[in-house]
Amino acid sequence: MNEVWVIAEQRLGKLMSVSLELLGKGTELARQLKVGLAAVLLGDKVRALSRQLVCYGADRVYLGEDPRLRLYQSEVYADLVAKLVDTHKPGIVLIGATSIGRDLAPRIAAKLKTGLTAHCVELRIVNEDTEKPQLVQVVPGWGGSLMVNIACPVRRPQIATVSPGVMTKCDWEEREGEIITLAVDVQQELRVETLEMVHEERTGAALEEAEVVVAGGWGLLSAGGFELVEELAKVLGGAVAGTRPAVDSGWIPEHRMVGQSGKTVSPKLFISVGASGAPQFTAGFLKAKVVLAIDQNPNAPIFDVADIGLVGDLCDILPCLVTELKETGLRI
Amino acid sequence: MSLNIIVCVKQVPHPEHFSRITLDPIRQTISREGIPAVINPLDLHALEEALRIREELSGKVTAISMGPPQARCALEEALAIGADDAVLLCDKSFAGADTLATAYSLACGIKKLGRFALILCGNETIDSATGQVGPQLAEFLGIPHVTSVIQIAFEQGSSLIVRQALEEGYMKVRVKLPAMLAVAKGINQPRLPTVWAIMEAGSKEMQIWGASDIGATQDMIGLEGSPTHVTGIFERDTTRRREILEGPPRQIAKKAVNRLHELIAT
Ligand SMILES: Cc1cc2nc3c(=O)[nH]c(=O)nc-3n(C[C@H](O)[C@H](O)[C@H](O)COP(=O)(O)OP(=O)(O)OC[C@H]3O[C@@H](n4cnc5c(N)ncnc54)[C@H](O)[C@@H]3O)c2cc1C
Ligand SMILES: Cc1cc2nc3c(=O)[nH]c(=O)nc-3n(C[C@H](O)[C@H](O)[C@H](O)COP(=O)(O)OP(=O)(O)OC[C@H]3O[C@@H](n4cnc5c(N)ncnc54)[C@H](O)[C@@H]3O)c2cc1C
Repeated sequence: MNEVWVIAEQRLGKLMSVSLELLGKGTELARQLKVGLAAVLLGDKVRALSRQLVCYGADRVYLGEDPRLRLYQSEVYADLVAKLVDTHKPGIVLIGATSIGRDLAPRIAAKLKTGLTAHCVELRIVNEDTEKPQLVQVVPGWGGSLMVNIACPVRRPQIATVSPGVMTKCDWEEREGEIITLAVDVQQELRVETLEMVHEERTGAALEEAEVVVAGGWGLLSAGGFELVEELAKVLGGAVAGTRPAVDSGWIPEHRMVGQSGKTVSPKLFISVGASGAPQFTAGFLKAKVVLAIDQNPNAPIFDVADIGLVGDLCDILPCLVTELKETGLRI
Repeated sequence: MSLNIIVCVKQVPHPEHFSRITLDPIRQTISREGIPAVINPLDLHALEEALRIREELSGKVTAISMGPPQARCALEEALAIGADDAVLLCDKSFAGADTLATAYSLACGIKKLGRFALILCGNETIDSATGQVGPQLAEFLGIPHVTSVIQIAFEQGSSLIVRQALEEGYMKVRVKLPAMLAVAKGINQPRLPTVWAIMEAGSKEMQIWGASDIGATQDMIGLEGSPTHVTGIFERDTTRRREILEGPPRQIAKKAVNRLHELIAT
């Protein structure tokens, strides 16, 4: 039967968390289809990472190692993966929608002349007991105001990209997997060559992995900035984020923006403060377990996507929340 | 060096009116009635970059779009901003294209245009935002591609050194021409059309080509040529609890924290 594949991504010898999240989803899909789950890993001296892939769900790892694969090389990576797919014919291929995954996936799909669905927020199988099980891929459209189901009815594989923070990884489990070493033959002269990868360390807790995210919006203008939000995040051990206007005002860096053109987060608790709830913003936290919103306008659309809504001036409410949380010591 | 540069522009609904895009739940179609259309914002950055290269190295900038007859307006705007000429790929049989069929159709149009050194696209659109068309177009044309480009520099010979933005940092990439680059925000500040340019634009050429004009194979274009299909459109499911608390701040803060304890625990 046709396997489910995850194209794992490593940067400078470290696996990206989205690859593990995709193995989590992949495990579920493979179980439902009663097929194996495999990961493809390309890089230089990255064999040790195979163990992680296996313990997070892969039954098998296709491993391609070569000094010329140390950095992402779009032509070589796309060629290798497309050939591998052609040989083994997986039914489903999942790719992380990182900047590199989004560079690679469309090239692979075009080589294979098959369908590719971008930044899916949900994946599920229908007709699993028939000859041709289908992957239903749910994506947001028009800034998240509507959702669309996409299918790739005939051609195979069905390829989907998923943003970091959308799926959940399985728990680490000690298990054995099969490692298949690929013969990598990079001879062609590269027309496009990555010369260098410059890593710029970001400050603060990573948004996609935080259990609590506190996001502030334009309403914080009345509070003179982000301090109240930072204090609340600190009490909860959470990460600070914001809306587009919060970025534009220089309160938070661009990489802390949540939404359609920013990050997708799925924390246990998401708190929105002084943000009206534009679909481009709320599209970024659809999968949060609990959403708490604070806004002075009782008709703000943010309350439609909140579990708990607090109506009032954030300058009054936030200090009370902080005091209350300190007293009760919420564990998340 | 004189370069032929092709800029791909897509017409999209104005983002401030997205909330007015409504769904007919029975017919499963969307209505964009009366919603103004604009050039996809990143495509303006692509056009700006093309114009700057033309100003520096001389050459010609051609804007190309695939879309319904009204997409003509987007190309007129591109001409007014400074493109030298424009091509609209317009045919009923292009309708319903996914990114693969879109990329194939654009590739056929570009092949008909002849020699080019550089294709510039936006990194993604604001309506469906897949960011797939550029790299797929490059594959159909058999040329290399780089996405998320935030800086372009010409090297000796026919190659470029570009900066490709990453989540944390960037990559330095060398790419040989001809190539497709998809540009991201931050690469430049797009110019506005001048009155003079708008007047001049009227005399510029716009070609309109159908599927047979560009030699596109029917089973590669439109709905038929699209491996992916939209099988349903629905309103976002907002099954949140919506427990709204109003009253004195201290009181509602206390209530909220109590509820949080319960909700997080379950
Ligand atoms: C909500 C929604 C979701 C969709 N999801 C998918 C999906 O996951 N997979 C899929 O294959 N199709 C999908 N489609 C179909 C897709 O929108 C169309 O194929 C569309 O023509 C191109 O996709 P895009 O807007 O995402 O372009 P992108 O790939 O985001 O566009 C990148 C750049 O390519 C150029 N470009 C794109 N389209 C044109 C054009 N028509 N003319 C000239 N230049 C252009 C522009 O420079 C643009 O900035 C979806 C459609 C909708 C409505
Ligand atoms: C293509 C596109 C992509 C976009 N992508 C994103 C994205 O990824 N992320 C994003 O965030 N935005 C995005 N936007 C912008 C988005 O449409 C909204 O404009 C933005 O989210 C609004 O931010 P806001 O809620 O902070 O501001 P506003 O809408 O101005 O809301 C401020 C809120 O604060 C409240 N308020 C004011 N003072 C107080 C007070 N003292 N106490 C309590 N409440 C108060 C007000 O009642 C109001 O509800 C995008 C837009 C486009 C067109």
